[in-house]
Amino acid sequence: MIQTPLLEVKNLYAGVPEKEILKDLSLCINKGEVHALMGPNGAGKSTLSYVLAGKPDYTVTKGSIFFKGKDFLPLKPDERAHLGLFLSMQSPVAIAGVSCSNFLKHAVNAKRKAQNLPELDAAEFLKLLREKAKELNISGDMLKREMNVGFSGGEKKRLEALQMSLLQPDLAILDETDSGLDVDAVRIVAESVNRLRAQDTSLLIITHHIKLLTYLQPDVVHVYNDGHILCSGDMALAQEIENHGYTQFTEAK
Amino acid sequence: MSDKPEITDSSGNNYKYGFVTQIEADTAPKGLNEDIIRFISAKKGEPDWLLDWRLKAYRHWLTMSEPHWAKLVYDAIDYQNLSYYAAPVQKAKPKSLDEVDKTLLDTYNRLGIPLKEQEVLSGVAVDAVFDSVSVATTYRAKLAEKGVIFCSISEAVKQHPALVRKYLGSVVPYTDNFFACLNSAVFTDGSFVFIPKGVTCPMELSTYFRINAKNTGQFERTLIIAEDDSYVSYLEGCTAPQRDEYQLHAAIVEIVVLNRAEVKYSTVQNWYPGDKDGRGGVYNFVTKRAACRGCNAKISWTQVETGSAVTWKYPSCILEGDNSCGEFYSVAITNNRQQADTGTKMIHLGKNTTSKIISKGISAGHSNQTYRGLVKVASQADNARNYSQCDSLLIGSTCGSHTVPYIENRNKSATLEHEATTSKISEEQLFYCLQRGISEEEAIGLIVNGFCKDVMQHLPMEFAIEAAKLINISLEGGVG
Repeated sequence: MIQTPLLEVKNLYAGVPEKEILKDLSLCINKGEVHALMGPNGAGKSTLSYVLAGKPDYTVTKGSIFFKGKDFLPLKPDERAHLGLFLSMQSPVAIAGVSCSNFLKHAVNAKRKAQNLPELDAAEFLKLLREKAKELNISGDMLKREMNVGFSGGEKKRLEALQMSLLQPDLAILDETDSGLDVDAVRIVAESVNRLRAQDTSLLIITHHIKLLTYLQPDVVHVYNDGHILCSGDMALAQEIENHGYTQFTEAK
Repeated sequence: MSDKPEITDSSGNNYKYGFVTQIEADTAPKGLNEDIIRFISAKKGEPDWLLDWRLKAYRHWLTMSEPHWAKLVYDAIDYQNLSYYAAPVQKAKPKSLDEVDKTLLDTYNRLGIPLKEQEVLSGVAVDAVFDSVSVATTYRAKLAEKGVIFCSISEAVKQHPALVRKYLGSVVPYTDNFFACLNSAVFTDGSFVFIPKGVTCPMELSTYFRINAKNTGQFERTLIIAEDDSYVSYLEGCTAPQRDEYQLHAAIVEIVVLNRAEVKYSTVQNWYPGDKDGRGGVYNFVTKRAACRGCNAKISWTQVETGSAVTWKYPSCILEGDNSCGEFYSVAITNNRQQADTGTKMIHLGKNTTSKIISKGISAGHSNQTYRGLVKVASQADNARNYSQCDSLLIGSTCGSHTVPYIENRNKSATLEHEATTSKISEEQLFYCLQRGISEEEAIGLIVNGFCKDVMQHLPMEFAIEAAKLINISLEGGVG
């Protein structure tokens, strides 16, 4: 079977003014695949996720990003989201005065609008929201609270997972989704990610730790440093890093 | 209608009423003098005491000069170049919505205003279409049952002269300020509300439903009296943009709250703000004041201000009665070249009086906004308490926001708290929303509505929904 590349990044150079962070990065993720990106602190992992999502602070100087065969670079972040990209952020921001359920309704309907689907009314949306929230063990009280205001690390990550499951992206980037989560929370989030995976969602998991990966069993594991991928392999590579650290890869370079 | 109605002295004596019959047009000639005031008064068939009061106000006004302490810049107003009676309805009424400005209709639709209401709002001659009479009759009967009086102030002058005479100018005397003085001399119409002892008004009163007194013009005057143990919630304006190109509005709202009574006054103001470059638009110079005359009286002002080119407005509370309470909840949004200098005054005179100020200012485009507030505690006002919170939100980098809180305290037992913040919509917040597929404009609307939540929750439900939509519309094009 010929694989369709969902995300195709070729020889990408990008960064902030006066600092190049991504250097000659290439990455190809096919439909339904789960990739893990592991790398030491400061390797530029979050930069990669921001560049893919189109954060305005970052400029691409060379190379290309194609998503579903479309040139991603001219698209704005919301257009990229509508095409099916989701970025679960490492530290999601607080938005005071905006309840979670209200925010989520806006997000869901914005995507439906972009897909020319009728917007969900309050009752329809609430039904969907309750169902998804239950899977993640999120209470109705939490949904009434303001977006990420006073949320614990674990609550923030669960709210990200909830959004992901509502928006049903084609590619979800999980940027250190496991950081700040206790063992049970990692399991709950992993279960929700696996449900998405069952629907053919591709994943790019950015992490330091092997814990989440043992739940998610990625197809490909990349070792990443200094703005590009050093080597790729399978779960055995992740285990190798867990046992011996990154230095063997960074020094081998 | 002739452009220059003739004014002649038909009686040969003094001008008092003599010339009026000569004028069939509904417009007074431009300019302001005692004759014009007599003309207005006569046109409205007013009693002598009211005319005398107007004239006293006018004579006093001549000794005053326009105030310029606010942080506002605008072209000089030529008071002799205005028409002071029945002015804003010069244009022929559109016969149907097809003749109404498309952008205006677009806004109505987005606010979700039903078609028939749209006709009323855009001034279509709807008498045959819109069943205003029955609406009016139904609610009037219901109010009359409870003894509530709700009518135009002109009607009140005729039907309830003793009440009007007792309270008119008792909260805002004509000597109060330049614009209030001008209003006292030339006010054309407005609302009158009287809630008798012990009555809870059975419905929210709204100027919108008082269809008989629309087109009240630039000089509105509203008088609300809440007797002992009564309650009323009053809604002013409506959330649809009134495309009144008229330049000067100088309104007065006076509220008298007696023992244990409560008045809740909500405003959504959306006058024409002028175009992108600041041409045209309404100059809004308003004096709004409530006096809590009785003990345990309560007044609550809630306002959402998105309109006008220039706003000069400080709804105030005079807390005379012991244990009386004043509240001010405000959202002011300025965009393009709009300027607003707005806030409140809390005057604590009685013992154990409390006041609360929550002000949210949002500036976008090239607009400029100032919160100006006074909290004053008199020497006899033991244990007065005030809490003030003034938050400003800036959108873009070309707007301005200023906070000017004045505190005058003459009593050591007072507790006064003031908090102020200024923030910008952060790039992180915007990116977060965008990443979730929410467009930039929608994201800003969401963030701004969240910022205003503490105020919006004090608006009556149906008002709050329209006001939220209005906020989004007002901010369009204010970014980047």
